[in-house]
Amino acid sequence: MQQAPHGAGSGPTQRNAEIGVAVLTLLFGLIVIYGSTLVGIGWGSDGPQAGFFPFYVGLIICGCSIINLFQGLRENPTELFSEWSQLGQVLRVLIPTAIYVALVPFFGIYVPSVILIAVFMKWLGKYGTPLTLAVALGVPAFFYITLERWFLIPLPKGPLEAWLGL
Amino acid sequence: MFENFINLYHGFHIAADPFNILLMAVGILLGVIIGVLPGLGGANGVAILLPLTFSMSPTSAIILLTCIYWGALFGGAITSVLFNIPGEPWSVATTFDGHPMARNGKAGEALTAAFTSSFVGAFVAVIMITLIAPLVAQFALQFGPAEKFAVYFLAFASFVGMSKEPPAKTIVSMMIGFALAAVGLDMVTGQLRLTFGSTELLNGFDFLIAVIGLFGIGEILLTMEEGLEFRGKAAKIDPRIVWKTWKTLPKYWATSLRSCIIGCWMGITPAGATPASFMAYGVAKRISKNGKNFGNGEIEGVIAPETAAHAAGTSAMLPMLALGVPGSPTAAVLLGGLLIWGLQPGPMLFVEQSEFVWGLIASMYLGNVVGLILVLTTVPLFASILRIPFSIIAPVILVICAIGAYTVNNNVFDVIMMLVFGVLGYVLKKTNYPLAPLVLAIVLGDSAEEAFRQSLLSSGGSLGIFFSNGLVSTIMGIGLIAGLWPVLQIVLNRFRRVAQPA
Repeated sequence: MQQAPHGAGSGPTQRNAEIGVAVLTLLFGLIVIYGSTLVGIGWGSDGPQAGFFPFYVGLIICGCSIINLFQGLRENPTELFSEWSQLGQVLRVLIPTAIYVALVPFFGIYVPSVILIAVFMKWLGKYGTPLTLAVALGVPAFFYITLERWFLIPLPKGPLEAWLGL
Repeated sequence: MFENFINLYHGFHIAADPFNILLMAVGILLGVIIGVLPGLGGANGVAILLPLTFSMSPTSAIILLTCIYWGALFGGAITSVLFNIPGEPWSVATTFDGHPMARNGKAGEALTAAFTSSFVGAFVAVIMITLIAPLVAQFALQFGPAEKFAVYFLAFASFVGMSKEPPAKTIVSMMIGFALAAVGLDMVTGQLRLTFGSTELLNGFDFLIAVIGLFGIGEILLTMEEGLEFRGKAAKIDPRIVWKTWKTLPKYWATSLRSCIIGCWMGITPAGATPASFMAYGVAKRISKNGKNFGNGEIEGVIAPETAAHAAGTSAMLPMLALGVPGSPTAAVLLGGLLIWGLQPGPMLFVEQSEFVWGLIASMYLGNVVGLILVLTTVPLFASILRIPFSIIAPVILVICAIGAYTVNNNVFDVIMMLVFGVLGYVLKKTNYPLAPLVLAIVLGDSAEEAFRQSLLSSGGSLGIFFSNGLVSTIMGIGLIAGLWPVLQIVLNRFRRVAQPA
């Protein structure tokens, strides 16, 4: 994967990431097992109960997670998962996207989309206002016309669209 | 056998309908764009566009969607050759020699070779589907629940045995898929399970959302981390270069043939196009006279992976149609589409919906011809799409993914789930968990579980049912060998090492 850089940067190690993921999948497996036992994992009057299949799935997840955990412990502790600066880049996409996704249930898809594209272009791309506005308004407008008008697929709308009577 | 040709002839009548030809062209163009853009690939591209096809006839819908898939396969080659950025995982091997060729000023030759080999690979795979799929389907008609489960078992076991990733990680990824598929209403008992009282989880996890998140959002996060800038070579293909390259291609028939066989095999067993392309590249490198020059712009190094990737991508349709077991994530999405259109994939499809099946197979022939012509003539257009900076493309793709996730069930909660799957996809990819088995398990989870429970029901709970007759034992046996292959390999190596000093 990545070469361990010599003083080029620091960040979480691959080893910790692998261990973290293995612990998470182990937890997930335990939740699945617990959930399966709630609905019955045995043999009912009409054959296997609802939790029968997921129970064994959960068991396998736990078993293999433990293998992965031990494999992770044996990883080279100097290898980096990613540098902090790279993770910063990822967060610069992830945080606006998370806000975007959180806004969609309240404001529909169009207004948050305009904001998302504008923020991206202004903040990450450092584009001028005219181009930013053109793309930010043009793309949602394009989807409005193709999806709602041509394919008659309604997308979620918020107070602004209601006010405009769209 | 003769009957099949009559069916195929009728299929061509359906596929050659002007509206369907238009859909093919639209599909291929959309597919190439999807293949060229980072964050949009065959699987999530088809997933996003699936809701648009609900109002079409199933035959037209599948022609559009499969052509998007072919287009995405073609499109991956463009970015690999011109920009050294594989647009799709299966075109990674194409960058090894394709990009050096472009740097040496032979971009046109590299692209022509890539497109033509893609076409050859796909064409051979379609011929194979035409000849073999009906036989497989007929054979599979006598499958009971135990045999059905055995086929699922074989498909998933081959993932474990054949993937590059550690087996335990492949299994975890696969089982997470099965667990997610189990969430919600249990089809047999009508009970709710694994929802923990949440109303959002009542309907379970939709695999389309998972695909859009895992492959779409996850890919954008990965691209962002690499902080890539597109610095590409200009592309111009004029007919003279195409003709000149075509004249040299027949020389490499042996490489092509080998890659076709590798591709078809890897496509039917769900190893998929990516390992097929790497394997074909490796084999060509080992066997070719010019093997030493591989990596410096050898045309054979473009032909081998492209042929195999397309052959694999196309033959992944065979198990999907004939058995209802998709050979790749994109085929899995198409299978989900069939279910939504009310068609039950599997052997009965050939009997009950023969018009649909043969229309689809005929469209594969035509679609690839249309595709080859279209990509050869429109490369400069697509190369210019790639010059649009990532800070404009990325939010637009995010918006497309969100719209795609919403339109699956008209549910805003799905948009949030998409982001969760996106983060999951990024983390899993970075820690070498394969994503394809996860997606396939979500799609097939319910059917696999149903087959498993029905088999156990008829045997009164004894696992012996999976070894009760020759057929099911054979399939299970092959599955066990495939799944335990990594372990077998270690054991064999030990034996050899012990045997050597003696």
